[in-house]
Amino acid sequence: MSDAFEIQYAGSALANAPTPVTPRNVRNRGGEPNPSAAALRQQFGDAIERVEVVWGVTNVYVRPERALDIVRWLHDDSSQRYDYLSDVTAVEYRDIEAPIEVVWHLRSLPFRRELRLKAQLSKNKPLEIASVWSIYKGADWLERECFDMFGIRFIGHPDLRRILMWEQYREGYPLRKDFPLRGRFSRAEQLRQALAANPEARYSMEELSIADAFEDLPTEMRKRLQGGERTGE
Amino acid sequence: MGLTPRPEHRVVEYNPTSQEGWVATRLDFLVNWGRANSLWPMPFGTACCAIEFMATAASRFDLARFGMERMSFSPRQADVLICAGRVPFKLAPVIRRIWQQMPQPKWAIAMGACASSGNIFDNYAVVQGIDTIIPVDVYVPGCPPRPEGLMYGIMLLQEKVKRERMNDKTIRAEMEPDPKSKLYIPAPVIDELSEPFGNSVHQTRSGL
Amino acid sequence: MATQKRTVEVALSTTGVDAQGRPQRVPLVTADDGSPIAVEAPPMVEPDLAGEHMLINIGPQHPATHGVLRLVLELDGETVVRCIPHIGYLHCGFEKLGEYRQYNQILPLTDREDYLNAMGNNVGCAMSAERLFGIEITERCKVLRVIACELSRIASHLVWLGTTCIDIGAFTPFLWAFQQREYIYNLIEKWVGARLTPTITRVGGLAADIPDGWMTDLHKFTTDFPGTVDEIDKMLTKNGIWVGRTIGLGVMTPEEATNWGLSGPMLRASGVAYDVRKDFPYYDYETYDFDVPVGTNGDVYDRYLVRMEEMRQSVRIVEQAAKRLPDGPINVDDPRVILPNKSKATSEMESMIHHFKLVMEGPRPPLGEAYVAMESPKGEKGYYMVSDGTSKPVRWRIRPPSFVNLAAISKMVEGHLLSDVIAINASIDIVMGEIDR
Repeated sequence: MSDAFEIQYAGSALANAPTPVTPRNVRNRGGEPNPSAAALRQQFGDAIERVEVVWGVTNVYVRPERALDIVRWLHDDSSQRYDYLSDVTAVEYRDIEAPIEVVWHLRSLPFRRELRLKAQLSKNKPLEIASVWSIYKGADWLERECFDMFGIRFIGHPDLRRILMWEQYREGYPLRKDFPLRGRFSRAEQLRQALAANPEARYSMEELSIADAFEDLPTEMRKRLQGGERTGE
Repeated sequence: MGLTPRPEHRVVEYNPTSQEGWVATRLDFLVNWGRANSLWPMPFGTACCAIEFMATAASRFDLARFGMERMSFSPRQADVLICAGRVPFKLAPVIRRIWQQMPQPKWAIAMGACASSGNIFDNYAVVQGIDTIIPVDVYVPGCPPRPEGLMYGIMLLQEKVKRERMNDKTIRAEMEPDPKSKLYIPAPVIDELSEPFGNSVHQTRSGL
Repeated sequence: MATQKRTVEVALSTTGVDAQGRPQRVPLVTADDGSPIAVEAPPMVEPDLAGEHMLINIGPQHPATHGVLRLVLELDGETVVRCIPHIGYLHCGFEKLGEYRQYNQILPLTDREDYLNAMGNNVGCAMSAERLFGIEITERCKVLRVIACELSRIASHLVWLGTTCIDIGAFTPFLWAFQQREYIYNLIEKWVGARLTPTITRVGGLAADIPDGWMTDLHKFTTDFPGTVDEIDKMLTKNGIWVGRTIGLGVMTPEEATNWGLSGPMLRASGVAYDVRKDFPYYDYETYDFDVPVGTNGDVYDRYLVRMEEMRQSVRIVEQAAKRLPDGPINVDDPRVILPNKSKATSEMESMIHHFKLVMEGPRPPLGEAYVAMESPKGEKGYYMVSDGTSKPVRWRIRPPSFVNLAAISKMVEGHLLSDVIAINASIDIVMGEIDR
């Protein structure tokens, strides 16, 4: 090891936050849980279904309908201060009966903590869950991608449309397990559908309404714009 | 594995005993020499191959030796479309449109395995080789090809350019796609070209 | 009466003026006898715009968008009123592919995803896989991986520097930066054989140990490289054109930056001192003596300064790592993940069985999931892997820093000029391969 030097703790972390150390010999189950888990249990009672510590990270399973309140409390409460949203994603397991899990990875920069929230959505019902966009602006595109890949609708999202595939993509939601790796259509058909799209026509309704191109639009499109329609590419 | 050349696209081989006039052959030489040594590339760079293309254009490997340092980002002023990187289906109409905007004489280099055949991305999102969308002259294998590899591909293209003859009217004919389906090679041929070979989907024989 | 539709470019009838005072143009349709009929003008929606706004489309094929990004800008003159980015033009289904690959077969995918930081991605993915397997790698492997990460960081920042300079108009630093990258490529090539897509890690170890004399080459690089950084620094940092084009652009306040999920130099330039290497360290980063540059204003100039300084700090880390490199094996001694020696596999039954299982089926982790984040040059890069006990993950998720960083562009360019959009876009340091995966 090198000579003694003063380690610079950069960070917006508070002074009493735990000293950061490289984790060693992390256990599969049964590590030390994040203190937020206990605080959540106290605050929300049975909206917290269960808590597990897997490979050093605390997983908190929450009821989908309370997810937004829980995330908001974690963000706003001064003892929690989860001000950073790392990721919003979803997991579908290979077991057909298993529910789809929506996973949020949260970080508290002041307290140097990491938390994983999960909500399980049954596949028998429409896949819907509240959007956390009102709390974290960074959830905008993350949730759009989740929608694009899994078909999960985020209620309260300002502009939920496909982001990685094109809007008129008809093959389905690619990361679902019943979606085959190479797609549902034949290659020639996929190519045909892809080439049929006119690159110039890929403007959203909102974009076209502000443009000089308004008068070149077909009549029915203009009527839809006048009606205030805002979906599109 | 390659495309079956369409009957109307036969290349006229250089035959020294043919009755081409002396002027025609000298003109051929001059025109081809000019074209081959100043191919202005249109770098259609999408992914990692674009970085290797940039490295080829930078000081160590230097594309300026080939007269190609003037990258033309407008297709209207370009000679050769270098497709460097993987092309997903969302990008397919864009590359088709760019190819159609390029004026003749034009050539295309498929740089890298992704542009040549889809590479490891044998899935729902990636075009299995841009030769299903545009006609390609030179395929440069590699993931990514070394700059020397790309330069070899460019030199092969230069040789191809030098073999062209003014007499052969079919070389510079624009290949038109079928107006309904927008494909320029028949659908069964595309399916056959895009089939996985080897075990590209399941990398082992046991398990899933 | 049947009418023949004919698109007439020039001959347009004018029927009065519209709400904005522009002559209202309607297309003409020719009747059978050749006389033109004006189609009835549609009722114009009264847009509540102050003046005439223009819709401009940049991309997806454009030299300055750093990849296939499409920006649709609403311009009021030259000022951007709104920016709507469109991505997905490089979506190649990485995460879907990951579900059909064993854990060692996923690593080559990570090279192609953020191709500027290939070694860093390899290390990050292997880190997540090793957490999922519950493996502690050897000390030598740790230090070599730190060296790989930092070299990768330097290489990525050099590309960022070169391409940003071209965007803003300076061509020479591009050549200087790429020349330095060639030296890094030489090092990587001596190590594993490939320049851009090395796949330098394996689950539990590395692809290969460093060859003899590599440390000498590395030392030569670390002594010469800071000179180039100083050269570029001298050329740009106090340059009137550079400062004028980058100062005050694309400002994000610290609260906004945290809320939008920005990370890496984007976040640190805004004043939030969050670096995964310092706050959630891995591979003993807390024992290396390095500083993390943190900006004050959150504009493009600060991001430039942060990245330049990060390159210098990376050199510091590499030098320290090179001094402390211990001897020993690079692969962990676990037959369930590491292939045994060829000689042992052909002579001992147990090794042969391990070899067979590893090649045919691949290493199998226990049930569980792991999300381990690392500091990539773009920001917080994490790989979230979920295992169901089989050799292929149930879910392989890449947390792409550039994806989340790019989402903020619509906020950052509002009110700026068109040419500033290019500068701001360049300062985010996006890699479309990572954004679209």
